[in-house]
Amino acid sequence: MIALSDFLILGALLFSLSVAGIFINRKNIIILLMCIELMLLAVNLNFVAFSHFSGDMAGQVFVFFILTVAAAEAAIGLAILVVLFRNMKTINVSELDNLKG
Amino acid sequence: MMFEVSNMSFALPEMFMLAMACVILLVTAFLGKKASSYAYGLSQLTMIVTAILIYQSVGENGGLTFDGTYIKDAFSDVLKLSICLMNIAVLLYSTHYLKTRNLYKGEYYVLAVFATLGMMIMVSAYHFLTLYLGLELMSLCLYSMVAMQRDSKVATEAAMKYFVLGALASGMLLYGMSIIYGITGSLDIATISVLLQASGWNDTVLSFGLVFLVIGIGFKLGAVPFHMWLPDVYHGAPTAMTLFIATTPKIAAFAMMIRILAEGLGDLHQHWQGMLIMLSVLSMIVGNVVAIAQTNLKRMLAYSTISHVGFILLGILSGSQEGYAASMFYALVYAVMSLGAFGMIILMSRQGFEADNIDDYKGLSERNPWYALMMLILMFSMAGIPPMVGFYAKLSVIKSVVDINLIAIAVVAVMMSVIGAFYYLRMIKVMYFDKPVHAHAIEAPADMRIFLSANALAVLALGLFPGSLMAVCAIVFS
Repeated sequence: MIALSDFLILGALLFSLSVAGIFINRKNIIILLMCIELMLLAVNLNFVAFSHFSGDMAGQVFVFFILTVAAAEAAIGLAILVVLFRNMKTINVSELDNLKG
Repeated sequence: MMFEVSNMSFALPEMFMLAMACVILLVTAFLGKKASSYAYGLSQLTMIVTAILIYQSVGENGGLTFDGTYIKDAFSDVLKLSICLMNIAVLLYSTHYLKTRNLYKGEYYVLAVFATLGMMIMVSAYHFLTLYLGLELMSLCLYSMVAMQRDSKVATEAAMKYFVLGALASGMLLYGMSIIYGITGSLDIATISVLLQASGWNDTVLSFGLVFLVIGIGFKLGAVPFHMWLPDVYHGAPTAMTLFIATTPKIAAFAMMIRILAEGLGDLHQHWQGMLIMLSVLSMIVGNVVAIAQTNLKRMLAYSTISHVGFILLGILSGSQEGYAASMFYALVYAVMSLGAFGMIILMSRQGFEADNIDDYKGLSERNPWYALMMLILMFSMAGIPPMVGFYAKLSVIKSVVDINLIAIAVVAVMMSVIGAFYYLRMIKVMYFDKPVHAHAIEAPADMRIFLSANALAVLALGLFPGSLMAVCAIVFS
């Protein structure tokens, strides 16, 4: 039987991976977007695990909303990415340095 | 299963705004290029009618509705009313900017109305789910708004940074919510606050969830060390979008912080107080010191925003009703001041020229004494010099930390507002004592000039008679 703590550890691992990915990654913005998705999925895992073990449905309903919002967020993120690529001809994170000071 | 009919009337202003947002979206879609002025007119009408609807319901009995996920109380009424009223001025200022920059499109108004709807939902949310949905509705609109100037390198870069860090903030906030949900078994702010009053909770786990909530809120407000996005976004975004981001979303973020920390997790006050002290002191120090080095006015105002956020946090960390009222007063005053300051940048700019360098204001008093005076009022107010309203805002938040015997923090706050006075006064020195470098006339239309003058004079008038607004803030938290 898988215990609640197992789910939480997996969730925490995925979450830390995604945060690390956002901060360490210097190469590619698409990887950043993937990290953001992973982060939301880690949260979803937490909600579903808590919801299942406490028998309260609200957490699972929350997950549906997070999934929907994540889809909208990905759409906007990719749209911004396309506009950015048209202007800069690159999607390299370390070259995003026009704004400094 | 029983279904209760929710009391829809509590959310009437939001429903009206949603309906109008859809109408504006359709108008924009079907009329194409001609739609801009219709969209502008309709969105102004929406703001005004919504403000009237909210005003009419002030003082009526409030309460929870939609199965406890939504609340109407004095706090939400006051904040929603001020969000709508300020957005009238925001739309008016930005329209002048958009018209001269080939950005005058209906989409801007659609996004603005949806973002306002998101803010109103954030203010009225009493459940983590509604809070999150309101937050995302607002944020997603703001990201795309920043990216609207599609041929500008800096604007798209700013949009990308805003998007990535904003999404990170939402993720942090959600993770914190999931931990709090796991511990208490509820997503409902009212239920959580009742459950936490009982003793016997595992403090370590609660603090673990709380840290993520505070980080998420800190990101959204722009408190140090989660401020990295703020100067870049303010600098890179077209000024009309900066104006939008800098004013009312801060009020909404303040409301979110009150709902989560003060109303939901009020019993964990001793846990979040320490975190907020760190955020607040760092924000005041970094914001004020780094602002001195800036030559770009938008960037300088961004760092000044960071320092103002530090002051807003001061009142909240005190954990008293007076402190919350002082913070609310500060947040409203901050929004009015930054509305005026970014409005001035738009007023001074024209086609092909952005007045966003401090040097562009050289000798403004000779070129245009009236607007130099208006800018002087706004800068004095931001610096916290009496009789402008910024002074009373600073005074009341500092008083709230003195009341809980955190004298050291009050001393830091006073010292930092002295350091902060330097760059505001430098702006006044540039306007009044330097020689003008060019002599362009101001091209803005009459309605914008009148509104902007009224905006600056309101800062002065509120400073001379701060009693009524302070009384409103005090009543909200009594």
